[in-house]
Amino acid sequence: MDKIKLTIDNKEVEVAKGTTILDAAKQIGVHIPTLCHMKLHDMGIENKPGGCRVCVVEVEGRRNLAPACVTEAAAGMNINTHSIRVINARRTVTELIISDHPFECLTCAKSGECELQDLAHQMGIREIHFEGEKSVYREDTSPAIIRDMDKCIMCRRCEMMCNEVQTVGVLSAINRGFYAVVSPPFEQNLDHSVCTYCGQCVAVCPTGALTEVDHTPAVIRALSDPSKTVVVQTAPAVRAALGEEFGFEPGTLVTGKMVAALRRLGFNYVFDTDFAADLTIMEEGTEMLDRLSRHLNGDKTVKLPILTSCCPAWVKFFEHQFPDMKDIPSSAKSPQQMFGAIAKSYFAEKQNINRKDLVVVSVMPCLAKKYESSRDEFAVDGNPDVDFAISTRELAALIKLANIEFKALPEEDFDHPLGESTGAGVIFGTTGGVIEAAVRTAYELHTKKPLPKLNFDELRGMEGVREATIDFDGLPIRIGIAHGLGNARKLLEDIRSGKSHFHAIEIMSCPGGCIGGGGQPYHHGNSDILIKRQKAIYQEDSMKTLRKSHENPYIVKLYEEFLGHPMSDKAHHLLHTSYFDRSKHFEQED
Amino acid sequence: MAENKMHILVCGGTGCRASQSEQIVNNLKAELESQNLENDVRVLTTGCFGFCEKGPVVKVVPDNTFYTEVKPSDAIDIVNEHIVKGRPLQRLLYKNPKNNYKVTNTASIDFYKKQVRIALRNCGFVDPENIDEYIGRDGYEALGKCLSDYSPSEVIDIIKKSGLRGRGGGGFPTGLKWEITSKEKNDQKYVVCNADEGDPGAFMDRSILEGDPHSVIEAMAICGYCIGANKGLVYIRAEYPLAINRLKIALSQASEYGLLGNDIMGTGFDFDIEIRYGAGAFVCGEETALIHSMEGSRGEPTFKPPFPSVSGYLGKPTNVNNVETFANVPVIINKGAEWFSSIGSENSKGTKVFALAGKVNNVGLIEVPMGITLREVIFDIGGGIRNGKKFKAVQTGGPSGGCLTEKDLDIPIDYDNLIKAGSMMGSGGMIVMDEDDCMVSIAKFYLEFTLDESCGKCTPCRIGNKRLHEILDKITKGKGTEQDLERLKLLSNVIKDTSLCGLGQTSPNPVLSTLLNFEDEYLAHVREGKCPAGQCKDLLKYEIDPDLCTGCTLCYRNCPVGAISGEKKSVHYIDQSICIKCGVCFQKCKFKAISIV
Amino acid sequence: MPKIKLTEYATNLVKEICAKFNNNEGELINVLHQVQNKLGYLPAEIQELIAQELNISAAKVYGVVTFYSYFTMKPQGEFPISVCMGTACYVRGAEQVLDEIKRQLRIDVGETTPDGKFSLSALRCVGACGLAPVVLVGEKVHGRVATVDVKKILAEYKSGCLSDKE
Repeated sequence: MDKIKLTIDNKEVEVAKGTTILDAAKQIGVHIPTLCHMKLHDMGIENKPGGCRVCVVEVEGRRNLAPACVTEAAAGMNINTHSIRVINARRTVTELIISDHPFECLTCAKSGECELQDLAHQMGIREIHFEGEKSVYREDTSPAIIRDMDKCIMCRRCEMMCNEVQTVGVLSAINRGFYAVVSPPFEQNLDHSVCTYCGQCVAVCPTGALTEVDHTPAVIRALSDPSKTVVVQTAPAVRAALGEEFGFEPGTLVTGKMVAALRRLGFNYVFDTDFAADLTIMEEGTEMLDRLSRHLNGDKTVKLPILTSCCPAWVKFFEHQFPDMKDIPSSAKSPQQMFGAIAKSYFAEKQNINRKDLVVVSVMPCLAKKYESSRDEFAVDGNPDVDFAISTRELAALIKLANIEFKALPEEDFDHPLGESTGAGVIFGTTGGVIEAAVRTAYELHTKKPLPKLNFDELRGMEGVREATIDFDGLPIRIGIAHGLGNARKLLEDIRSGKSHFHAIEIMSCPGGCIGGGGQPYHHGNSDILIKRQKAIYQEDSMKTLRKSHENPYIVKLYEEFLGHPMSDKAHHLLHTSYFDRSKHFEQED
Repeated sequence: MAENKMHILVCGGTGCRASQSEQIVNNLKAELESQNLENDVRVLTTGCFGFCEKGPVVKVVPDNTFYTEVKPSDAIDIVNEHIVKGRPLQRLLYKNPKNNYKVTNTASIDFYKKQVRIALRNCGFVDPENIDEYIGRDGYEALGKCLSDYSPSEVIDIIKKSGLRGRGGGGFPTGLKWEITSKEKNDQKYVVCNADEGDPGAFMDRSILEGDPHSVIEAMAICGYCIGANKGLVYIRAEYPLAINRLKIALSQASEYGLLGNDIMGTGFDFDIEIRYGAGAFVCGEETALIHSMEGSRGEPTFKPPFPSVSGYLGKPTNVNNVETFANVPVIINKGAEWFSSIGSENSKGTKVFALAGKVNNVGLIEVPMGITLREVIFDIGGGIRNGKKFKAVQTGGPSGGCLTEKDLDIPIDYDNLIKAGSMMGSGGMIVMDEDDCMVSIAKFYLEFTLDESCGKCTPCRIGNKRLHEILDKITKGKGTEQDLERLKLLSNVIKDTSLCGLGQTSPNPVLSTLLNFEDEYLAHVREGKCPAGQCKDLLKYEIDPDLCTGCTLCYRNCPVGAISGEKKSVHYIDQSICIKCGVCFQKCKFKAISIV
Repeated sequence: MPKIKLTEYATNLVKEICAKFNNNEGELINVLHQVQNKLGYLPAEIQELIAQELNISAAKVYGVVTFYSYFTMKPQGEFPISVCMGTACYVRGAEQVLDEIKRQLRIDVGETTPDGKFSLSALRCVGACGLAPVVLVGEKVHGRVATVDVKKILAEYKSGCLSDKE
């Protein structure tokens, strides 16, 4: 590759042709501040509208300052990243942004994590020299996401995620000039839109313009109500990221400390969504094998590929955008909802608790889980199977609120019976994990032989769309994997046009899967964090003695005592669901 | 034009049409018919004559008699006097304001004397809806020459040698732009004509498309030949229905004649042109924004590079030029690069069309050689300031330009000199201001425009211009401080330095140039709370001079809010707490008893 | 299943126009122009249908509609009034004329009178700078308008409607 030489802050640097000034400067340890720019290196996701103008630098011989994030370094360039002219411009631009921003830092949900706040701090802003009209918008609260557009700085990251990465198409810049803002169509609320609540807009928002609906007050109320038995389930990806909120290196597993913290918060039972993940494999794997064998026996009515259905944003996505294909995904509920259904039936009966007095809280890396738990079909007589879904970030907030010194906590174990899980349940937290877990079980159920290996490296990785063929003892099973809804769309379009050759496809809405969920600690554009979380997930899997869902003794017991067998009537009633056509329909006016 | 003895040309530009020029055409035709003269005399609707101030304008050829401010009812007299009796109709002749002599011939009218018409060569001479007339004036000859005699690189050389620079504002050398696009390797390239004229007060592109659409079509085809494109797109404002209509007619006629389409003139060169509509966004004059708009998106500019010549419409190499630039091309090919470069100044060759407007006597569309002075334009061509008022400033370059003053009047007008003087060429708006204009308000007016038209993508333009405007507003309300003037300067310079596109980078120019040239006026606003020009409503009040008031009650009867009281034949009084400063009383008073203080 | 109601006429019109442009998303602006020309404005339901026909998001359509000042989501008055606020008109008093029209009609720019007679907009340079300041009522150009003329001009249209009714 061609190399070029240039000078940045009096230091010569050699970079590959095509490198931006921003990246060239990074190579010699010069960190030019940015705001709108965001790059998730390993996922091919980049937002660089060149709009905020915070990263401007002085390039000798140029009339205007150049934005470092979009300007390509050229041979012989002489760049100054902190001349008086640059600092003055950068501070003024920052002041301008703040001049159109509410001064609510003390009460803002994003305080401490806000990139604008950090920038103001870095710039040493003490006074805003420009006063004037501020943008005011109606606050929009949906089941999962709060939009407070007064705090929008038009970085366009959310718009990029929603349209380019997720292809959901809810958000677009509207209006122009000072009144330009990012909004759903016709400035309607999110809950009127095709939003999937994947939360990727929240994950990348630099300010408090997009945040999650806070369920922690409700959880605290439930915990302090003596008439309630409060159980908690924790999703697999949470343990691989929660530590980041307490100063642990990304990728540090904090499963034991998390359990200890939850117990100290007052939860009566600390359970694991991984248990329900194992249960999901039993149901979904069985359904898959059933469809597969019918297909192999020449049943033309059976539809393949089967698609996973654990991801609520994905479910809402196809309900809106591919309603004609709503009978293709597995009918199995997500682990969160399976857990809720079992907790409020099997467990409640066992403990002799009225379901109304049992509160199920889930801790999820996800914002769509808040929406999922609120879906009508997941409630009995108005009492939801999962009462509250809080994010990893909200759990961290609860722990901090309760003065629990997380780092000093001992490692503790989950409670029984809904806390036992296999490695297969754990890897649900990353892209490729659900299908790997399904393969581990389906293989053995189908071939009646033990697996020759447990790790399916061919299913792992970070590429947006992956495929692999797994040999089921002579029967080649073709598997597709997509993470990110834009990638999912590609596979769905192939299915629609008859081009798809897969037997089974795993889909997760968020880049990286649940480890990159919208409810995780903010990655601030650092995709290394996601890779480290993924490693942690596989590490937890490899440390487990049991790594196949059907070997989970409590799952076996659950079927023996309560459900009968996978896909039984009872299992169907409790653990399966159906999907709705949510697409828009035009009707003739009378 | 051969078979008819005489022609009556009626201006069909938007300005004259607004004053019923179409009706004039109809009446002329009817009168000629009634006298059985329809075969001897042809009535033509042409493009803009430029002399909009005196519109509607009618010209009789071959004797070049020039009638101004014609009304539909004058048609009968024109036919009876001029056509039938052969003597000019005295009462409609242009009167030289200097000596009150009637002028019969355009060539002797000051407004036209110093003009050199290249881009506007056919405007006002041909029927834009008839391709034969264009062909009759050497139309499509240049295209034929290029296709048969020259290689694309030879044509590019001619354009380069001519020194033609982009007339849309930037002034980038046209030949070089073509060359860059021609060197890109791609199976599909595009020629785009930017007809999204958005500068408030400039209408040359529209006038060219209305008056001479074929010159643009011909030039686009030549450009296509040079860069290796067989597809052209005209991006035109939807607010220009007449220009769109004439362009459509011209396109279909050109196709009919085989001057567009496949195998043009049997040379194997294919070229077609489509129309795309703008929808009211000034920022779409910027190349990248224009391309996004043509692709069906919000017209937000993107960072350059990549330039459109490398990656433009649908990601393909695209050459974007504006209407006036294209209109120059066929003449350059026909008359040669040397001829063209002999006109104009050192680094700015040829002519420039300006829309001269504001407080000048002769408002209109003019084309002058580069290097002419502002003084010549304003005082000779423009006929000086209206109502004998004093010249104060002239704004060139529209909202992106600056205000130039007395001291700049003798600067030869070209790209570089205007920038040096703190303004710019822009697309060619030229607004003249007199002593009654408040320069703070003018700066605020332009800022308002930028504010409305900013796309909102980058911080300095989105928020910076808003804050600039707010400070200016404060000053015009008498609430500004001297510190605000410092803030204006600082903020203006940062906006210029950091904005994403040309719109933001130039938006503070009106502020900076008025601050530089009229600091006193700003200081009067902030220090004394006074508007020296008497324009800022919040800083002025209307008062009745008891010595001059006759008690005629005219002001009382016309005041829309009942702020004036007084009995008949006694002195009237304005209640300042009710007065909305609309100025109606001031306009109505016949005794100059009402003054602005 | 969210339902959107539209008249048969509008539905067919939008579908026809989109089809004419091969349902190509790049033609969005052309489609919006033609639909607005026929219907007078672009209500949300229409935009939803255009989005569906061109296979793009409604958010994108709305983003485009709100970007360009030519597009409107509100029905216009019977007599749309546009005041030219180009520079030439501005320096010859267009702002005062606009203020007077606002005062007389008791509406702001972008609004329509409650009786649906007049809507008011400000536009940039109609290119009739020789007639500055210029006010357009529908297609008709009123040139050299002073504040004192506003009442008369409005009356022309008001009375016009009255006589129509009689």
